[in-house]
Amino acid sequence: MSVMQESTSVVQPRRPWRHPAQNALTVSVIVTLSALGGAAVTARTGLAGNLGWFVSFIACAIIVSWIAGRFRSKVAAADLVATVVIGAAAAAVVIPWTSLIYTVISNGSKVIYSGWFTTDMSVTAADDVFTVGGVSHAIVGTLIIISIATLISVPIGIASAVYIVEIRGRFSLLVRFLTQAMSGVPSIVAGLFIYSTLVVLVFEKFNALAGAFALSILMLPTVARTSEEVLKLVPEDLRSASYALGASQVSTTFKVTLPTVRSGLVTAAVLGVARIAGETAPLLLTSLYLVSFSADLVGKPMATLPTYTFGNLQIGTENAVARAWGGSLTLLALIFVLFLIARLLAGRGPGK
Amino acid sequence: MTFRRHCEDFDVVEPSPAQVKAITVVRSTGDKVFRGIMTAGGLTSLVVLSLIAGFLLYRGFEILSDFGFSFLTTSEWNSGIDDVGTDARMGVAAMLVGSIVIAVIAIVIAVPFAMGVALFLEYYAPKKLRNVLTALLDLIAAVPSVIYGIWGYVVLMPLVVQWSKTLNDYLGWFPLFSVPAPIFERSPFVAGILLSIMILPITTSVTREVYSRAPKDQIDAAYALGGSRWGGIRTVVLPFGRSGLVGGAMLGLGRALGETIAVFLVLNLVFKVNFNILSSAGGNVASLIATRFGEASRYELKGLMAAGLVLFILTLIVNAIATAIVNRSAKAVA
Repeated sequence: MSVMQESTSVVQPRRPWRHPAQNALTVSVIVTLSALGGAAVTARTGLAGNLGWFVSFIACAIIVSWIAGRFRSKVAAADLVATVVIGAAAAAVVIPWTSLIYTVISNGSKVIYSGWFTTDMSVTAADDVFTVGGVSHAIVGTLIIISIATLISVPIGIASAVYIVEIRGRFSLLVRFLTQAMSGVPSIVAGLFIYSTLVVLVFEKFNALAGAFALSILMLPTVARTSEEVLKLVPEDLRSASYALGASQVSTTFKVTLPTVRSGLVTAAVLGVARIAGETAPLLLTSLYLVSFSADLVGKPMATLPTYTFGNLQIGTENAVARAWGGSLTLLALIFVLFLIARLLAGRGPGK
Repeated sequence: MTFRRHCEDFDVVEPSPAQVKAITVVRSTGDKVFRGIMTAGGLTSLVVLSLIAGFLLYRGFEILSDFGFSFLTTSEWNSGIDDVGTDARMGVAAMLVGSIVIAVIAIVIAVPFAMGVALFLEYYAPKKLRNVLTALLDLIAAVPSVIYGIWGYVVLMPLVVQWSKTLNDYLGWFPLFSVPAPIFERSPFVAGILLSIMILPITTSVTREVYSRAPKDQIDAAYALGGSRWGGIRTVVLPFGRSGLVGGAMLGLGRALGETIAVFLVLNLVFKVNFNILSSAGGNVASLIATRFGEASRYELKGLMAAGLVLFILTLIVNAIATAIVNRSAKAVA
């Protein structure tokens, strides 16, 4: 009796999926050795700077992890090397992105002062000091052109999605294919097309409306594809229930399907806006640039943030380029805010 | 055994032909109007695409008929001495070849990184890191090309010039990396690297989409047989995602071919076919249009329209192939 009691001990719960301490040791050894190796390589060769250190660090990490893996097996060595390479690729792509965002913020914040958002460039030359002039005209212009483009392309985009998902007409496949093909139209071609039609034939002037039309060509595919994805999420039961109650297709679509995914459709619109907010090339061919704001949509060119940035960059003097950085930061901030809105809306489920 | 007997007990009652009713749909007028409007909305893309092709052809027709096929094979861009194009000689060969060269450089650099990032996000990254990286990816995909351009010119180019010098020192004997003069700024190499950074988000997101659909049970089976994580990826995920990767790369290629402003800022346009990717001379159809548009004569403008048509057709073909590949690989899973 007593023997049996001794042999039955309480089974401790085990967690075989947890990484053993040995792994952490291996990893820290690999990292330390490669960091040292990387520093040595950087010091002894012509590779300079942090980037050079990163490259030699990765190279050393690959070699060290291969050796460390070989203590166990060939398979383990290959696995370790693959982990290092894939992790390095992911780390490497973050470098240019952070550099981009950091440079824009640090260079852009230098020119932004209290009047940046309230004044325009009508009495200021691009080369003037940073305490005068601003981008109010460009911000307003960007918002106006984007709003018109949204008014044009969101209804058409949603209609196109409704055609594919709700109507399921005989051209559904064709429409989907063409929408995807349209998302690849180069922005300059869209600008050229609007220039050759609206600017030359209809208005005979560069103006904001033409710019909005050019942007709506680029925005339409994004809105159409995102709305299609969203509409597909509507449960078939909802439609069936609506039809079973005798509702027509119009009322089913407008009173059941579309309201169910309202937030998703707003997300589609915001993503479309984010796609076009920074487009420069088509605006250079359609709405051009103006140093001050004008409410004339048809008779005059209109300033926008991208063309402001590009124009100052073209001037090329020190202060003008600094202003271009300021324009970039303002533009990036605008897009970032739009994305935040899209994310917040996308976080909500259908029907909320 | 008992189960089967039960099943056999059921009599399947086939309805007699007289009982079968065809389901007929009677649409109200409102529905008909609604369907008509939505169909019109759906066909907008068709209309717009054909209008673009039609108008560019109409505007550029004079050039295409004047120069014929040589518009595609001439490198020179001389718009003549007056508005009707006397002595003009225009062709997009150099620009077309240049566009393809920098797009290919971009793809060659971007695809391995896109694969790495996609695999990392799907199979390696902890959940929190994945969320952060995905959000960053989405945001970066929306950074406007003019911002890439200014960053590329100010930050990236000095770095790439250094790399170019090193490459030229060691591999200068190879024609691709040789240069006629030691000027490395604004070269196709710089533009290609900048484009590779720009197209990385779209290539990554398509690749990731495909990799995430790799059959989980097969990966688990690979683990159960004692395979490592890399073993599972190499034998299941990579073969499965090959066509999706090709599609993602082609979508990136389409983007790279049509990029205007960023390339305009970091590339020196020279009207000569040039395969020395490190030298400061390259071409890009989209940048050509942006460069010449401002001061173009009436005749040159027609030439730019024709160039736009060539670019439009090229990107349309690349994108159509890419879309077909991506769709087919998606369908193969479903």
